[in-house]
Amino acid sequence: MQGLEKKIKDRASELLQSGAVDGIIGWEKGQFEYDPTPAVFTKETGLDNLCYNNFCGANLSKYLVGKITSDKKFAVLLKPCDTYSMNQLITEHRVNRSNIYIIGIGCNGHLNVEKIKAQGISGITAVSASDDHVNISTIYGDSKLAKKEILLGKCEVCRGNVHVIFDELIGEELQTPKPDDRFEMVAKLEAMTAEERFKFWQGELSRCIRCNACRNACPACTCRVCVFDNGRSGIEAKANASEFEEQMFHIIRAFHVAARCTDCGECSRVCPENIPLHLLNRKYVKDINEFYGDYQAGDIAEQRNPLVNFGDDDIEPTTVSDKGGQK
Amino acid sequence: MLNIGVFVCWCGSNIAATVDIDQVVAAAKIQPGVVFATDYQYMCSEAGQKIMRNAVLEHKLDGVVICACSPRMHEATFRKNAEKSGLNPFMVEIANIREHVSWIHKDKAVGTVKAIALVNAAIAKVSLNAPLISGESSVTKRALVIGGGIAGLQTALDIAEAGFEVDVVEKLPTIGGNMAKIDKTFPTLDCAACILTPKMVDAASHENIELITYSEVESVKGFVGSFKATIRKKARYVDEVACTGCGVCMAKCPSKKSLNEFNCGLNNRPSVYIPFAQAIPNVAVIDPQSCIKLTRDKCGLCQTVCEAKAIDFTQKDELIEREYGAIVVATGFQPIKVDKFDELGYSQNKDVITSLELERLMNAAGPTGGKLQKVSDGSHPHDIVFIQCVGSRDCTARGKNYCSKICCMYTTKHAMLIRDKYPDINVTVFYIDIRTAGKNYDEFYRRAAEDYGVTYIKGQVGKVYEEDGFLVVQGSDLISNEQIKIKADMVVLAAAIEADPSAKKVASMLTASIDTNNFLTEAHAKLRPVESPTAGIFLSGVCQGPKDIPETVAQAGAAASKVIGLLVKNKLVTNPCVAIADEMLCSGCSNCFNICPYGAIGYEEKLVNDHGIRETRRLAVVNPALCQGCGACSVACPSGAMDLLGFTNKQIMAEVDAICKK
Repeated sequence: MQGLEKKIKDRASELLQSGAVDGIIGWEKGQFEYDPTPAVFTKETGLDNLCYNNFCGANLSKYLVGKITSDKKFAVLLKPCDTYSMNQLITEHRVNRSNIYIIGIGCNGHLNVEKIKAQGISGITAVSASDDHVNISTIYGDSKLAKKEILLGKCEVCRGNVHVIFDELIGEELQTPKPDDRFEMVAKLEAMTAEERFKFWQGELSRCIRCNACRNACPACTCRVCVFDNGRSGIEAKANASEFEEQMFHIIRAFHVAARCTDCGECSRVCPENIPLHLLNRKYVKDINEFYGDYQAGDIAEQRNPLVNFGDDDIEPTTVSDKGGQK
Repeated sequence: MLNIGVFVCWCGSNIAATVDIDQVVAAAKIQPGVVFATDYQYMCSEAGQKIMRNAVLEHKLDGVVICACSPRMHEATFRKNAEKSGLNPFMVEIANIREHVSWIHKDKAVGTVKAIALVNAAIAKVSLNAPLISGESSVTKRALVIGGGIAGLQTALDIAEAGFEVDVVEKLPTIGGNMAKIDKTFPTLDCAACILTPKMVDAASHENIELITYSEVESVKGFVGSFKATIRKKARYVDEVACTGCGVCMAKCPSKKSLNEFNCGLNNRPSVYIPFAQAIPNVAVIDPQSCIKLTRDKCGLCQTVCEAKAIDFTQKDELIEREYGAIVVATGFQPIKVDKFDELGYSQNKDVITSLELERLMNAAGPTGGKLQKVSDGSHPHDIVFIQCVGSRDCTARGKNYCSKICCMYTTKHAMLIRDKYPDINVTVFYIDIRTAGKNYDEFYRRAAEDYGVTYIKGQVGKVYEEDGFLVVQGSDLISNEQIKIKADMVVLAAAIEADPSAKKVASMLTASIDTNNFLTEAHAKLRPVESPTAGIFLSGVCQGPKDIPETVAQAGAAASKVIGLLVKNKLVTNPCVAIADEMLCSGCSNCFNICPYGAIGYEEKLVNDHGIRETRRLAVVNPALCQGCGACSVACPSGAMDLLGFTNKQIMAEVDAICKK
């Protein structure tokens, strides 16, 4: 990982020096090993702080949305899964492809510091990971954990090491984690009775503090003005008027990103209340796969998603309800 | 705040019997903005309308809520009435307390609560209404008819006679459709060809009709009065103008193994062929699937023998672009495939045939020259059994729920014709019910049973199997209540008819609605039976539902009269309820563009000033001339930038709020 970080830094330095790009969107070292944050590097001198370690899970593609009208060119560091979001943003005209230089970087899974801390580990000073294990140095001594236990939720269901869009690749030889069945939990929820399911979601969503982190991190939530902030929509004041309507916020958001969501998992990763928001989106992904055939948002740029594309073979709404949702 | 008037209609007892009118009026009176509320026995009557007009003037109303039947019935009536009293017609809202309340609820208390909720919703909506002004659009004085069977031809002839140009697009190489395959027609037993071919000739020679055969409509854009269609004219590999229809190519073609579609596959045809003697155009066509030249680049004999030099193997599909004011769907039907009915042995036994196959076997131009013989060995049959309702009135997945309507009559016709020509043949008909409603129809059936000695057995057939070189039909006789077995030489299955497979594609292309059986839906089942709910789209023939030839011709004429009524107009009033995009909210994501079925949304790069930030943005722009106000974009837009005039997001939310308020 450190070798890869150096390669990235060197390349970033070249790009800035030659004037090929005006800025690099990457991760900046934090106070600790485990809190790097997304940052824009515009000067070579700042690159000392650029980092790429086991905690760089954040999907940087969304940071380009704000640059759409900029006449400057930015390079962006994207892991394989982040490139799906990039394609989706291009499809939706929310980024300006000609002003973007995509550096696809290798990935072997990223870690969730909360899961490490939950194992009673604190005072972390350094973390190094192999394919299966993670060695953690702390001020109290070292420990070794199985990597699978402490991966980010989205890495547990990793979709592989292919970058679907890039201008160049660095470290693409890294092996991504073996994925679990990503629809397992959705299937469990589907098997519940309506009452059980409602109780499950009530328990989860009642913790929501409407901090909007999910909305702000989501690469599909890129509206210039969110419908919840649009005074003319008639619903702006409803999302937080009562506990129930607060839950509506997440359901409406899931509807809005249906068939556009690449299942990147950012919503759940950033939620300070650990609400498994991705399950709402993943339910739509599963339904869409079942109704229209397997579909992955963002695997190709400029494609029409099944919900805004009409074909003679489309499933009839009556079929869906008659057969209890089965095609 | 508007001055709102509320008018509650009793609809005689239709509404008043299940809704407490007084309570609805009292509840409306206390709603914000309502300055006047009253009720009347028939609001749609002239007296009722006068009450509304007087109230508008007296109470200075600027918003009106009519609580009555579906807006599809009388919205236009009350909008006109509003205009008469000086009010913008779009300041009228309808609360449907008949179809949505009184017709579906029996309990008056429940109905009244719901009626009040719907009236409150309409009041909430009208409070946010804004006056809208209708525009005008022009009418292209040309019609398109999709399908060249008897329905399409009759419609085209009637439109052409009124002086308008019509294009008939037929997917097969000849016009004529299913009727051309039929031998005789009930109940008069006149020859189908004798009455159809003059129509075909009339259509071909009419100066206002252009027949575009072997072609399919590929896409349709636009709206009533201004449709733009792209028609794919498939390559015939024969020059339509040069070909004289002499038939030498057919005689010389060495590839003669293709199933003859016109004869339901009962015999073969060459790869270059004219479908039948009276085909129009009387021009050969080459089947690219079996032609040796086109598949293996050998042969080319037809090209050598053709004196007219009409064969052209380099011919390509051609795309024709045309504009039309109206489109008529006349896509017709096909019999269902009966191979799913294993117990009836259609796939196992050559002498189990369908009724349409029997038509060809009895037709002088058919594979046997009109001589009725067994398909298996060409011998003369002595016992023929007809089985009715094969796939009709069948609630299993392999059949159709509906009655195909024509089978009882054509089977009676077949039975009668056979008994007339071959008195030695015994004819038995198994039926569920005999349905012969129609002028001279039941008389026809009685003649078959009483004068021609056709045996009718009420009951269904469970099994057809072969035994000792005969077919055995095992069924139940419900009258004598016993299981019976009948020996037969031939069994004829009255296969259900279904919408032509092209209908679904055509309907989606035209955004015309279809039902679960792929029959096109009428704008109103009783009052607008030949119009689709989509303006400018009309229905002719079996594409709308099973019907026989006289009904088809009558409906075809009715569709034509509706088309003529549209084409004589110079201007159409457009619907002002169109979508509009808010520049400050639009993200340019293309969701609306992708979902719009009318191609009404485009994009432009535009300089905006958003709270002091000046930048060029990609913004959605609605072309109001193309927008049909369906609202799909306003639903698809995640930020609410797209809104539909007359049905704004805010209005819909206000309605929902009013309904949910406790």
